[in-house]
Amino acid sequence: MKPDFFRRCFCPIAMLILLLPSFTLGQDVLAGDVFSETLTKLNATSMQERSAAIDQLAAVKEPRAIVVLQALLDGHLLKLKDDGKLVIGIENSSGYKLSDAKTGQDLGVADHEAVQKITVNNSLRISLRKTIGHLELSANDAKVRLGAVYAIAKSIDDEGITLLRDRLAIEQDATVQDEIKLVLGLEALNSADKTARLGAIDLLKNHANQAVVNRLNALVEKDADGHYLEADADVRNQAKVALSKINSRLQWYAAVETLFFGLSLGAVLVLAAIGLAITFGVMGVINMAHGELMMLGAYTTYVMQQLMPDYLGWSLILSIPAAFVISASVGIAIERGIIRFLYGRPLETLLATFGVSLFLQQTVRSIFSPLNRSVASPEWMSGTWQINDFLSLTWNRFYILVFCVLVFALLLQILKRTRLGLEVRAVAQNRNMAKAMGIPTARVDALTFGLGSGIAGVAGVALSQITNVGPNLGQAYIVDSFMVVVFGGVGNLWGTLLAGFALGIANKLLEPVAGAVLAKILVLVFIILFIQKRPRGLFPQKGRAAEG
Amino acid sequence: MSELALKAGEVDTSHGPILYMEGVSVSFDGFKALNNLSLYIDAGELRCLIGPNGAGKTTLMDVITGKTRPDTGSVFFGQTIDLLQMDEPAIAQAGICRKFQKPSVFDMLSVFENLELALATHKGVWPTLFAKLSSVHRERIEQVLETIGLTEHRHHLAGILSHGQKQWLEIGMLLMQEPKVMLVDEPVAGMTHQEVERTAQLLLSLQGERSIIVVEHDMEFVRSIAQHRVTVLHEGSVLTEGTMDEVQNDPRVKQVYLGD
Amino acid sequence: MLLNFYKHDKAAAFLMVSIGFIALFVPLCNLILPAESALHFSAYSVSLIGKYLTFALLGLSLDLVWGYCGILALGHGAFFALGGYAMGMYLMRQIGNRGVYGNPLLPDFMVFLNWRELPWYWYGFDQFWFAALMVLLVPGLLAFVFGWLAFRSRVTGVYLSIITQALTYALLLAFFRNEMGFGGNNGLTDFKEILGFNIQSEAVRAYLLMASGMVLIMAFLVSRWVMDSKLGRVVTAIRDQEMRVRFLGYRVELFKLWIFVFAAMLAGIAGALYVPQVGIINPSEFSPLNSLEIVIWVAIGGRGTLYGAIVGAVLVNYAKTLLTGWAPEIWLFFLGATFILATVFLPDGLFGFWQCRLKGQKS
Repeated sequence: MKPDFFRRCFCPIAMLILLLPSFTLGQDVLAGDVFSETLTKLNATSMQERSAAIDQLAAVKEPRAIVVLQALLDGHLLKLKDDGKLVIGIENSSGYKLSDAKTGQDLGVADHEAVQKITVNNSLRISLRKTIGHLELSANDAKVRLGAVYAIAKSIDDEGITLLRDRLAIEQDATVQDEIKLVLGLEALNSADKTARLGAIDLLKNHANQAVVNRLNALVEKDADGHYLEADADVRNQAKVALSKINSRLQWYAAVETLFFGLSLGAVLVLAAIGLAITFGVMGVINMAHGELMMLGAYTTYVMQQLMPDYLGWSLILSIPAAFVISASVGIAIERGIIRFLYGRPLETLLATFGVSLFLQQTVRSIFSPLNRSVASPEWMSGTWQINDFLSLTWNRFYILVFCVLVFALLLQILKRTRLGLEVRAVAQNRNMAKAMGIPTARVDALTFGLGSGIAGVAGVALSQITNVGPNLGQAYIVDSFMVVVFGGVGNLWGTLLAGFALGIANKLLEPVAGAVLAKILVLVFIILFIQKRPRGLFPQKGRAAEG
Repeated sequence: MSELALKAGEVDTSHGPILYMEGVSVSFDGFKALNNLSLYIDAGELRCLIGPNGAGKTTLMDVITGKTRPDTGSVFFGQTIDLLQMDEPAIAQAGICRKFQKPSVFDMLSVFENLELALATHKGVWPTLFAKLSSVHRERIEQVLETIGLTEHRHHLAGILSHGQKQWLEIGMLLMQEPKVMLVDEPVAGMTHQEVERTAQLLLSLQGERSIIVVEHDMEFVRSIAQHRVTVLHEGSVLTEGTMDEVQNDPRVKQVYLGD
Repeated sequence: MLLNFYKHDKAAAFLMVSIGFIALFVPLCNLILPAESALHFSAYSVSLIGKYLTFALLGLSLDLVWGYCGILALGHGAFFALGGYAMGMYLMRQIGNRGVYGNPLLPDFMVFLNWRELPWYWYGFDQFWFAALMVLLVPGLLAFVFGWLAFRSRVTGVYLSIITQALTYALLLAFFRNEMGFGGNNGLTDFKEILGFNIQSEAVRAYLLMASGMVLIMAFLVSRWVMDSKLGRVVTAIRDQEMRVRFLGYRVELFKLWIFVFAAMLAGIAGALYVPQVGIINPSEFSPLNSLEIVIWVAIGGRGTLYGAIVGAVLVNYAKTLLTGWAPEIWLFFLGATFILATVFLPDGLFGFWQCRLKGQKS
């Protein structure tokens, strides 16, 4: 699971920094030769010779050996009648679909008449199974080994147990070790020996696994006659203790999961609200078209994907700057064209920008149709990160969380370190004073608005990954993002961040109790009450300036 | 005790002062606007408050009128009324009225209507809905119009008045409320010389029946109305108190105004 | 007392006479004149004009809060919708056993959801007087509670606007839920009778129009009287200098609350008149967009005039009918442009613009 995690994380980064494709050169040539030599011996007529060949194959360090042996076991290993070459053939309607046993190279389709099956008897079959299991268990790739453990666990027998025990003694990989222990432990629960059962329970209580929970539950249950399935009271008590331990871990996982979902919802809220926080905080302007600027960002992602359908990952990454530029340009146009005539009249600004939002909605509806468009996710963003049976996190949400933190950090740096940031902060604190000191407030206003709008566009890119893209996308978020800004305290970016996460988590905590819609309503009502108690939010701007 | 003789709502000034401020501190975000300030205003006194910018003059008025709550200290109106337990309308109805630094009159209403709203009468919602102007009240408004010299402008919108006229209208609105204490923040800012003189006369004529606290930067104006005591504020507390001459000759006062 | 205004407000007087004329003339022409007559109004027109009149009342009520008191309420549609639901509940109960499922007590949607009993809050709505009372009380109570909390803690400006929007948004979500017992997504519809008369009949439609016109005129007169009273001046003063009013000794929050509740009740009445004329009430009436549309009616007509709101509501809705019938996609462009033009170029609305022109010509 860990390597999987790193692969996931690494993939987009690798794409970003243009990692060179790596070439794996130089197979072990010698081993290859021995392999092909041994392979031909499978063709031998006597079963003894074949058995010896199987043992020899197992001894050669060659990954294809497993494939060939598996084919032999399944009856897919064939001999070409004309040149005696060994092939693997899958039967289909027209004959056999062949591939070279040695190299795996595709050899086309052959007639039924052209090939002869290499047969195995029962004792050979048993030995084959064992050998394959053994081979897989000693493969270099930990993933293959893990697969082998799963396969053995599916139809466990004494032989399998022995194999696993042997492997456990030399296994280095922690994940495989754990899995083997788990299988052995589950098996030991069936043991007639009480100490073995107790030992098994002791071992299993550290595994958060559905099979473990099922087995332990079975131990403490009664059958139809009212007798315990497990006769021994000590074992039952142990099982109860272990179950409660596992349950407390499950609760912990559930809490982690809720926290994660809350944070990811919060991240969406923060992304949506943070641009608004800037325009509202700095200019005192409520931009009702903010949601539509997000929608533009989402549509930008959609268009980028239509332009380069074969490069999902790239199109998504390129959408970020593209969406920023498009939304920022529209934002600056709104500021220059409308809002600057309305400074000092916040309520009128609210109405005018609402008009803009209707305009943008209808424009998009006319161009892209009123239907929702779905934006595909690249491979590294889809699916889930399965940590164990009870805890799995979705990748897209995980990325949005990371993305939100990155955007926030970047924005903070822009405001702290750049000239524009300095001017923006100056204008936010005292517009007249800033003007008197020669700061071109009109230009700062336009750029601030552009920055806030651009971030809305970027938020739209993130949104396109978790929801359908449609003309009403923005409307769904506008009230929420205002709530976040107001709850956090206007003019305070950290407040916005905290408020977004807090509301996200609160929402997800309430959802299981109250249902999704009611949870949303409760959160809204809470904020309405909160604002009335603390009209300036969690982190209000203080001092005389805030009074005006 | 004398309180027993008081009618309900009447202010007990039996000990002299009508307004007590003791140990009042206010801080904004770490900045101490008022710092352990104590001030007593006598009934019927005209007191001038001076001090450099940021001395806490406006904050002091905010505290008295209930706009700002102090962190510590007590503010009493007479012997018995704790102003810190009351909000702005209650304090205004108890008889403490305030003129703002920036003239704030209702631009969209006529001069007459501005005074009518200020009229000391029932200020609940239903009485206001069914309010009828009695002849007594009408006379009172005419009287105040006369006093502030705006009789001719009675039907004009307050928005078209000059800056000085707005200042007077606001003083007129205070008079309509029949206050016991008037807080007057920079009454002569933006007035011509003649207007300043008339304002001084007006304020002088009002003292005695009401206590008046005047905050002003115009020293000439302060000198012309300060017959008793002048209080100098500095960095949120009282620097010195005395007659105008005493204050002006105090070396500490010179220092805070002029620097080292 | 209520008619004093006509001396100094000729425009308003003219408008009231016009509305009175329409409210009598249109129904009469519909009922008496034969369908071939040029002056005959179709049933569709009657419903449409009736609807406009209820919107005019809704606009008027918002003007009281926004135009006079300066509170830009973005959730005013919620009061309209609540009034509408109260009336809708009465009309649902009147269906009786004529519903699809024929249940004498439960409305169809409850039977469909397998409900066994009528929820307690549906009791009493079989009586018209009770429903009429609720039309006033429910919006009034919501406005009272919300306003009391908001005004007391001095939430103003855009903050107030946004939380009013959040209020209607929360109600929208709530009414979408089937569990609320108000028909969920579909709302309340398929009405049969009002006060024992067939709600589909032309005569009832005509009378509803007449009633809407009369209620609008009454509401205008009462509102005019309120705004001409000293309370009206205090409210205007609060809009312009809230602090000053407070220092004059008025409890600003109570005045705001009074006007807010009064306007909410008017909006509730408008909703109650609207529902029988359009035959349906559903949660979309709570949508924030609806509330914003009311704002634009008032902005177009001109704030703080009362008649401006009435004219604005009728004009904008007439445009909506025309445009959505002609080319639906144009409507939102038009509405968006109206918002922008009205705020940037017509800050005082059409009437303000007109008055400015008149003054300009005089001088």
